[in-house]
Amino acid sequence: MNSLAQPAKWEKVLWPLLAGAVFLAGWHFSVKYSGSKIFPSPVDVQKGVAELLRKGVLWGYIVDSLRRVGVGFSLAALLGIPAGLILGWYPAAGQVVNPVIQMLRPISPIAWIPLSIVWFGVGDAAAIYLIFLGAFFPIVVASMNGVRNVPSMFRRAGRNFGLKPAQLLAKVVFPAALPQIIMGLRIALGIAWLVVVAAEMIAVDSGLGYLVIDARNSGKRYDLVVAAMLLIGLIGLMLDIAFRRLEKLKSVRWGFRLEA
Amino acid sequence: MAQAFKTKLRAEGISMVFKRDGNSTSVLDNISLDVGDGEFLCLLGPSGCGKSTLLNTMAGFLSPTGGEVRIDGEVVTGPDPRRIFVFQERGVFPWLTVEGNIGFGLFKLSRGERERRIAHYIKLVGLQGFEKAYPQELSGGMKQRLEVARALAVNPDTLYLDEPFGALDSITRLIMRGELLRIWEAERKTIIFVTHDIEEAVQLADRVVVMSARPARIQQIVEIDIPHPRDISSPRYLELRDGIFEQIGLAHKI
Amino acid sequence: MTLLVRLRPVAFIAVLLVAWHIAAARQAVHLLPGPIAVAFGLVELAQRGLLVKYVVASLFRVTWGFMSAAIIAIPAGLAIGWYRRAEMSLNPLIQIFRPISPLAWIPISILWFGVGDVAAIFLIFLASLLPLTLTAINAVESIPTVYINAGRNFGLSPASLVYRVLYPAVIPQLIIGLRITLGIAWLVVVAAEMIAVNSGLGFLIVDARNAGNRYDLVVAGMVLIGVIGLLLDTGMRSLEGIRSLRWGYSED
Ligand SMILES: Nc1ncnc2c1ncn2[C@@H]1O[C@H](COP(=O)(O)OP(=O)(O)O)[C@@H](O)[C@H]1O
Ligand SMILES: [Mg+2]
Repeated sequence: MNSLAQPAKWEKVLWPLLAGAVFLAGWHFSVKYSGSKIFPSPVDVQKGVAELLRKGVLWGYIVDSLRRVGVGFSLAALLGIPAGLILGWYPAAGQVVNPVIQMLRPISPIAWIPLSIVWFGVGDAAAIYLIFLGAFFPIVVASMNGVRNVPSMFRRAGRNFGLKPAQLLAKVVFPAALPQIIMGLRIALGIAWLVVVAAEMIAVDSGLGYLVIDARNSGKRYDLVVAAMLLIGLIGLMLDIAFRRLEKLKSVRWGFRLEA
Repeated sequence: MAQAFKTKLRAEGISMVFKRDGNSTSVLDNISLDVGDGEFLCLLGPSGCGKSTLLNTMAGFLSPTGGEVRIDGEVVTGPDPRRIFVFQERGVFPWLTVEGNIGFGLFKLSRGERERRIAHYIKLVGLQGFEKAYPQELSGGMKQRLEVARALAVNPDTLYLDEPFGALDSITRLIMRGELLRIWEAERKTIIFVTHDIEEAVQLADRVVVMSARPARIQQIVEIDIPHPRDISSPRYLELRDGIFEQIGLAHKI
Repeated sequence: MTLLVRLRPVAFIAVLLVAWHIAAARQAVHLLPGPIAVAFGLVELAQRGLLVKYVVASLFRVTWGFMSAAIIAIPAGLAIGWYRRAEMSLNPLIQIFRPISPLAWIPISILWFGVGDVAAIFLIFLASLLPLTLTAINAVESIPTVYINAGRNFGLSPASLVYRVLYPAVIPQLIIGLRITLGIAWLVVVAAEMIAVNSGLGFLIVDARNAGNRYDLVVAGMVLIGVIGLLLDTGMRSLEGIRSLRWGYSED
């Protein structure tokens, strides 16, 4: 519930612009009056972005980060969704495996960095493995709970029409669990984006995370640090928006209506 | 029931136009109505015709786009604890126990007085033994009685009930009607009761206000001159009921 | 449930440990420690007094970062959610800042606060701030109008409307948000400690590796991180069982 029912159209444009302007002005003047020589102002950051674009490394770094997230996240989804469906479908399996999942899950993926470097060396594979770990557990847990929360009425209705177990899983349980699975995927994608930056700061020498740490280490270029952060934010936002589009697809929308 | 008619609430030329995304829908069209002190009035009309909207303007939750509502001569500008609204969508607070809900509006009273009132109204609506229960542990009928008890506990002089028994099964609904009449006869509040159920209206009300489909106008006001307890197979009851059925344009045969 | 059924998860864990043991014993180069080596690693950490020290250091940082974020984010989020214009103004900014990995703030955090506790706490604060704000905004916006109207009915002042209706109505959702965010904070503290400070469980892991490839201690550190993370999550989850809050979790 909101205090105001219907904002006018112009307000939807005015207020965000105003807040953005206030934010930029506040940033600009606090840099100016604190006399900081190191911390960049918005103008410096804008020049930083332009410089990165000119030098041409930027596209390579963006592609590297996206590739790692893409591969790691896809692997996690490919393995995690079936695993979660099975664990949710067979309560006995869930009961046995769930404690192990609950113990492994809170181990920060970043804590796996030393082991993943031992196993995969410094490079893409190590980073992908970390992203996989970060995304895998949320996906498994969401899929498992998704199946468990399907009202038994649906299963009974399906059996009533003579569906075999495999058909029941494919035609009734999976679609019914899909909204929760997609929500889990979205959370997992957010975590993957968080982990890739950390992994690139430590375990590899390309990507947006590396750009952040490299800009600092080679000559305290904080304008480039902030420029890279801004790009991380924008790309993460675009990934999230793309995913929200998925939630809006008609076939899964029923499950989200309660939230709106 | 022919009573000395002292006006409690007066609605004068109420109109309501909702504007959304550039379209405007007219929901209430120039409605004028007097409600007597201590009267049991039913607003009857098809779903979506604007009954809730009208009730909300009379309670002060919505301000009408035209006209005004006066209670005891004062213009209504907002909700007030002297008149309590029982909501169609279940307004009991799920985070409070039965006691907590009934005591919700009693914050101005001393502790002893508050506890005395809570106990009284728990008994009145027959929720003894459930003082410490949370709403989710109650049945639909019990929740509805709880909400009525919470409303009565602050001793309002007007009650607005918006399809309060709509979600109950037909047996519970009958019992609840009886309870409501019992409470009304004991406490003599002014009650404005919204329903889309013709039988319910004729069983409960002193007067039934029949409303047309959107935009709602008052089609007819039917006086129900049968004393309580009402015999629902008496010729007069059937005559009044069938009169309303016809008024709404429904033949009473299936 | 019979005892046998209850023991099945334990048996499964035992099987995994044995498999780990065999795999570790049979590897060609002895890099990955087996479960026994890890157990000894834990004992060694305890004897050197590092176990308690590092656990306390990590928890200290999480507590301060998370708490200060909650104290700011929850009231701010509730207010932003309530005032439509505030929400419209701030939403785009929040959406851009949110996907910036908190770890990307490490350089700035060190620039502002130097290497040390404050830098790590600041990172955890950042990691918790926006998720908690968003939770509070969503919680307010999803309060059914009927509760607010029911509250207004009884003549509550605005302050008591907030205290007696708004606040209890959002608590269940806030607790879920707090639990999920605490998980993120725990993830971030490990990373922050690997880079920005020299104590804590994250530091233990990098230090054990850098100072002589002590992988038994690395894995011991991971075990500790897992166990404490699990305890934090269980603690938060137990709040969801409180009787007056249970209405908010009817889904499962
Ligand atoms: N806030 C609102 N904005 C726009 N239209 C509304 C609003 N509230 C109600 N309406 C419309 O007004 C009409 C009457 O609603 P309501 O009073 O709830 O009907 P009833 O209670 O008789 O079923 C409906 O068509 C509904 O869609
Ligand atoms: Mg209605």
